[in-house]
Amino acid sequence: MSALRQLLRHPEYRYGLRDAMSVAPGLAAWGLMTGVAMIKSGMSLVEAVSMTLLVYAGSSQLAAIPLIAAGAPVVVILATSFCVNLRFVVFSAHMRTYLMHLPRRWRLFVGYLTADLSYVMFTRRYHQPPRNTSEQQAQLAYLLGSATTNWTSWQGASLLGIVLAHSVPPQWGLGFAGILALLGVAASLASTRLRVVSAGVAGAAAVAAFALPFKLNIVVAIAAAVALSLLLEQTPLSGRAQK
Amino acid sequence: MNQTDFWTLGVIVGLAAVTVITRSFFFISSKSWSLPHWAQRGLQYAPIAALSAVIVPEMVMTQGHLVSSWQDARLFSVAAGAAWFFWRRGAGQAVLGTIVIGMAVYLPLHLGLGW
Repeated sequence: MSALRQLLRHPEYRYGLRDAMSVAPGLAAWGLMTGVAMIKSGMSLVEAVSMTLLVYAGSSQLAAIPLIAAGAPVVVILATSFCVNLRFVVFSAHMRTYLMHLPRRWRLFVGYLTADLSYVMFTRRYHQPPRNTSEQQAQLAYLLGSATTNWTSWQGASLLGIVLAHSVPPQWGLGFAGILALLGVAASLASTRLRVVSAGVAGAAAVAAFALPFKLNIVVAIAAAVALSLLLEQTPLSGRAQK
Repeated sequence: MNQTDFWTLGVIVGLAAVTVITRSFFFISSKSWSLPHWAQRGLQYAPIAALSAVIVPEMVMTQGHLVSSWQDARLFSVAAGAAWFFWRRGAGQAVLGTIVIGMAVYLPLHLGLGW
């Protein structure tokens, strides 16, 4: 485990920790509401605590909670969660070039910890996969740093939500802070004209396709936005900011 | 407090496996292959698209329908949060500011006026 200790001492680990602090309050508010939702759906303390610590995927948990409460067939619950998580499959295609130098056990461990915001912040900081061992170390340290902050703020808040479930009224709408956190991160990614186009197309498509089951509207929206942005790369609209 | 049952715990373990499988999907296998060039270029548009696809429906829809009234706390909150971000040009703790300003607009409108 000295390899791990070395990563935790790497300066990039601290940058990762710190970068993720800016979204931690939003993530925490969202985690809190997820904790509340688990208990309100009728889960026991042990079930809710195991769910947050093991599953560690907010949107998948929120989709599964009512299905578990209704006693839906296991296959339906797992398939729903898989579909809600399909965006991670897209992310994994991207992360592959950054992570293939690691042994499989490490890849699965890092993959498990790489939720939406860790992925987004990581690819925002590193546009290119690592070219040598020192870059491999630096990138991995940064990824673990942001994952540490995200994991801690999410789990801490979620456990708090489980304990306080009966004193936080859902109508306060605290979960909206999570949406605002994602909004801020999306704004920080809007660095080229085509990325703005991508955001606009994805937002409109997600609304238009909202009626699809299993949150498939998100996957449809990503596909439409990426395809259209690629097509527009050849046109003056690309604004030349691209490589 | 509710009873714990083994069926639910089993489902939870299954969901954890789904998290690992989906987040690692394309790097579970150690076989070497690489994405075509256009796909690699296209992936740079995926993060912002995914975020936008998740948040826009949460900002402008209620129960599966577009909001029909401008008296919705979310719209003002998003406008204020985004305005803050771009005013600060994304510098320093602009994301934190987006959350704080957005909630400072959201909570009074939502709890006070019931928007």
